[in-house]
Amino acid sequence: MAKTEAPKPILGTSPLRKEGVAKVLGATRYIDDIALDGMLFGATVRASIARGRILDIQFEQKDDLGNPIDWSKFTIVTANDIPGENTIVHLTKDHPCLAAEFINHPEEPILLLAHREKAMLPAAVAAVKITYEEWPGVFTIEDSEAGIERAKAGDETGVIWRGHGHGGGNNTFKTYCMLKDQTEIPESVWAEAAYIVEGEYRTGAQEQLYIENNGVIAECVVADEAVQEVTVQGSMQCPFYLVHALELVFNLPADRCRVIQVETGGAFGGKEDFPSVIGSHAALLAMKSGRPVKMTYDRAEDMVATTKRHPSRTRHRTAVAKDGRLLAGEIEFVIDGGAYATLSPVVLSRGVIHSPGPYDWPYLRVDGRAVATNVAPHGAFRGFGAPQSIFAVERHMDKIAGVVGITPEEMRRRNFLKSGEKTATGQHLSDPVDLQGLLTRALREADYHRKREEFARTNVGAVVKRGIGFASFFHGSGFTGSGERRLNSLVEIELNAEGMPNILVSSTEFGQGTNTILCQVAAQTLKIPYDDVLIAQPDTYRVPNSGPTVASRTAMIVGKLVERAAEQLCVTLVGSGFLAEGYTGEEFKDGAKRYLAANGALKASVRYQAPADIFWDDEQYRGDAYPAYAWAVYVAEVAVDTRTYQATVTDFHALQEVGKVLHPKLAAGQIEGGVAQGIGYALYEKCVWQNGRMANNQMTNYIMPTSADLPPIHAHFEEVPSIHGPGGAKGIGELPMDGPAPAILNAIEQATGIAFGEIPLLPEDIFARMTGTDGAEKLNPDVMEPAIAAAVGEVGD
Amino acid sequence: MRSNPAHYEMVAPATLDDVLALLAHAPGVHTPMAGGTELMVALGAGRLATRRLVSINHLRELRFISTDDGLVTIGSGTTFSDVRRSAVIAAEFGLLAEAASWTGSVANQNRGTLGGNIVNASPAADSPPALLAYDAEVRLVSVRGMRTLPYREFHLGYKKTALEPDELVHSIVLPRVYAGWVGYIRKVGTRNAQAISKVALAGLARMEGGRVRDVRIAAASLREIPVRCLATEAAVIGREITAETIQAARVAMMREARPIDDIRSSAKYRAAVAGNLVEEFLRRLL
Repeated sequence: MAKTEAPKPILGTSPLRKEGVAKVLGATRYIDDIALDGMLFGATVRASIARGRILDIQFEQKDDLGNPIDWSKFTIVTANDIPGENTIVHLTKDHPCLAAEFINHPEEPILLLAHREKAMLPAAVAAVKITYEEWPGVFTIEDSEAGIERAKAGDETGVIWRGHGHGGGNNTFKTYCMLKDQTEIPESVWAEAAYIVEGEYRTGAQEQLYIENNGVIAECVVADEAVQEVTVQGSMQCPFYLVHALELVFNLPADRCRVIQVETGGAFGGKEDFPSVIGSHAALLAMKSGRPVKMTYDRAEDMVATTKRHPSRTRHRTAVAKDGRLLAGEIEFVIDGGAYATLSPVVLSRGVIHSPGPYDWPYLRVDGRAVATNVAPHGAFRGFGAPQSIFAVERHMDKIAGVVGITPEEMRRRNFLKSGEKTATGQHLSDPVDLQGLLTRALREADYHRKREEFARTNVGAVVKRGIGFASFFHGSGFTGSGERRLNSLVEIELNAEGMPNILVSSTEFGQGTNTILCQVAAQTLKIPYDDVLIAQPDTYRVPNSGPTVASRTAMIVGKLVERAAEQLCVTLVGSGFLAEGYTGEEFKDGAKRYLAANGALKASVRYQAPADIFWDDEQYRGDAYPAYAWAVYVAEVAVDTRTYQATVTDFHALQEVGKVLHPKLAAGQIEGGVAQGIGYALYEKCVWQNGRMANNQMTNYIMPTSADLPPIHAHFEEVPSIHGPGGAKGIGELPMDGPAPAILNAIEQATGIAFGEIPLLPEDIFARMTGTDGAEKLNPDVMEPAIAAAVGEVGD
Repeated sequence: MRSNPAHYEMVAPATLDDVLALLAHAPGVHTPMAGGTELMVALGAGRLATRRLVSINHLRELRFISTDDGLVTIGSGTTFSDVRRSAVIAAEFGLLAEAASWTGSVANQNRGTLGGNIVNASPAADSPPALLAYDAEVRLVSVRGMRTLPYREFHLGYKKTALEPDELVHSIVLPRVYAGWVGYIRKVGTRNAQAISKVALAGLARMEGGRVRDVRIAAASLREIPVRCLATEAAVIGREITAETIQAARVAMMREARPIDDIRSSAKYRAAVAGNLVEEFLRRLL
């Protein structure tokens, strides 16, 4: 038989998304498109205070309009109905599934209701009247710290979280100390430094705003008055997280808790930890009613009650040499975790490890702390702590440059990490790292030098002031520290009856391209057409646990496992003689079918093997924090209109080195979407908090940028293959969230001459600084005369 | 959806006369609904207090743009999309065409009506500053007949209008007298599309011999109703556009603006930006 040419490489090309056609045709069925026979609809009765104790619960016999409510037609679940433990387990068990007595945030779930008619639920929820003993709330990082301080003097009224036997301490979920080389900063370094530069930087909460709200359908098998099995299908990232939550709530073994991911309309981390809450709730209603129960949140409930990005405060104190070289740094990084620990310890860890930026620090100490407040728990969101600490360090680098009197570019060039050097955790950078080259190319792509010079000239007297700025940064791929070893992920590929390989993973598709890239990896490894590779719907009864779909780990870690499983499959088929070397796609199918006829089934199964040279020491908090890093330089151009004080991003260049790009279109899409989300984070998206509750939980008031607010976004790639990922790929998903905010504020500093240290930066904030908050000084002479500013001061008095 | 649709009732009489008869029969019982772009949001959020609705969305009698030598008359059921597509409005009432393009999304513009926009009476509504600048009149209709009043007298207080319970807005009338006037309009919203105004300003002026012969300035989101800024107008009328005139106009604007702090912005910001927009308008007259 004549040898045919090997198929062209599929990695590095952009085939159609596996689920793309169904989405485009509107044939995709999301959770709210699915109805089961006899299904009820569920709703949540939530607290109306931020902190206190439940005294009494009454069910009013009439709704607000005077219509009678027939409570016998409702299924009602309270904490007393929970057959197992009253907890939503993540890293700890402090987070109750339903509040039994104590309230720790204003959206705390207390009761669950279900009814045949969805329209009956809102009035019934409103007719549950709960009375409380209300206690003063703790709403900010500063409130929480004050509570800790007062407790030291014996006043515990400001302590809302006590460790709960899960580590941590008063109002403190977790602390980390990252000490480079385990060496404290010598006093002499501070004494001899040419400059000591201090700065404080803050970031706000951010809502994920996936298009599809959280939603699930639960079913429960009850026999002999005991729950035998629970099934939850829904919109989610991490099916096995929900299995774990259900095991505890229902006191069932894992193999009696089935979780199925249905097509998911966006997630961004917002469906990492939260589906454990809504999934457990729906399952409890299914248990109590004996019917399938659907729970879907509307936008207002999803925004007010589910997780958001952790607000943060970072303080830098830096010793700098005369020429701008970093000598030593102290970084204090604090995040607001909300009412319960949830994922805050790991968010904190990623934030701490990314806080030094891609720089060589001779001495460095980073103290990280996640604190408790009486707001709904903050959770996973693309970037996972890194956007917060990177914002701080990249603003601080520009500040230091200003103090030293060198350009922001020169400041970075004198301090960049290089191949062969060690990171702050002591990780030896053995892979090629070329930040100098990345910076050079990014600034060239953005025409940075010419524009910076031009704007400096044209801004004098201009009504619209322009600026250009950049940020350089890295993002670690995969779970932090020893996380991947603990996950111990498993991936399988089986052959279906037609002889087509079917990938079995719990890694989920939610718009980012999991299905497509994993099939590309298998197709390339098996040397068969992309269309001949299938991927199974994530159903925990069918697929192995390949870990959660988070942390920029799917392409690199899971992709590598798919590559190895495909190799194993190929070796088996060829080794057993059913397939000859140099086979075509058709020959593969024929050989596979013959193998199945002879042997019944074939399933390749591979488990994560930590690279021998990757090691992390949890005790010392040092070692190889991530198997690989993506490196990037982002350049933002802005215009600040001094009549409206609105900063607009007018152009954006994003250059990254992410190893091999598996699918250029999806990769560029990830960058463009992430930059858009980063622009929202920097300039638009502000959670307005009132007594711990998000007050602007509507898309009209929580301002996400539209296409009319966004600039052209140019995604550029450098490809330096990594041994850790399939075909050389590294992680990409979170990276684009890290760079936009500091690059934009650095650009705004050129435009306005004002060093802003806090995001979101809204026109009202720019106005306050340009005119002076008292309205009487620091006027921008191009815009306002003193008499006007005085008049401003009078308005609203 | 936080409302139970079973708690609501909607009727849709076939003609304008039938609707007016219904309103006359039981004044104040039914809330008229045209495009529904405001009421349906309230329904979804579970805060639509009125339970009985009468649809006027289908009334062809209210959806027209007619012109004669002196006037352009816009039926109250004319949608923002209709306004944007009208050649005569684009040519002679550019500020209104521009304002219509601000509202919501294209889908909102396809349903939302000019009449609904002014009857809903939000101080932040998009069309009122332009209508005030053009010194529009409104025609109100009921079984009792038609009456006309200047649009600047239509808004009485926060969400309160001169409309009687048995009346509908029939049409908005614009005088075709603005050839040679210089127009200015700018919305400062929370973002560039799908936004509610933090401040919006419309300006219209006629210069003669280097001086301001005639001027109209109107604003949204600066008071509890959309307003003509009469003190600011007074500060510039009859004057040359000099630094002193601009300064006087800005001070007048600061004094007559009474904005509030709310979830979208602050009073100080709104007042300051209003001053800046006045300056931008006046500089355009140079």
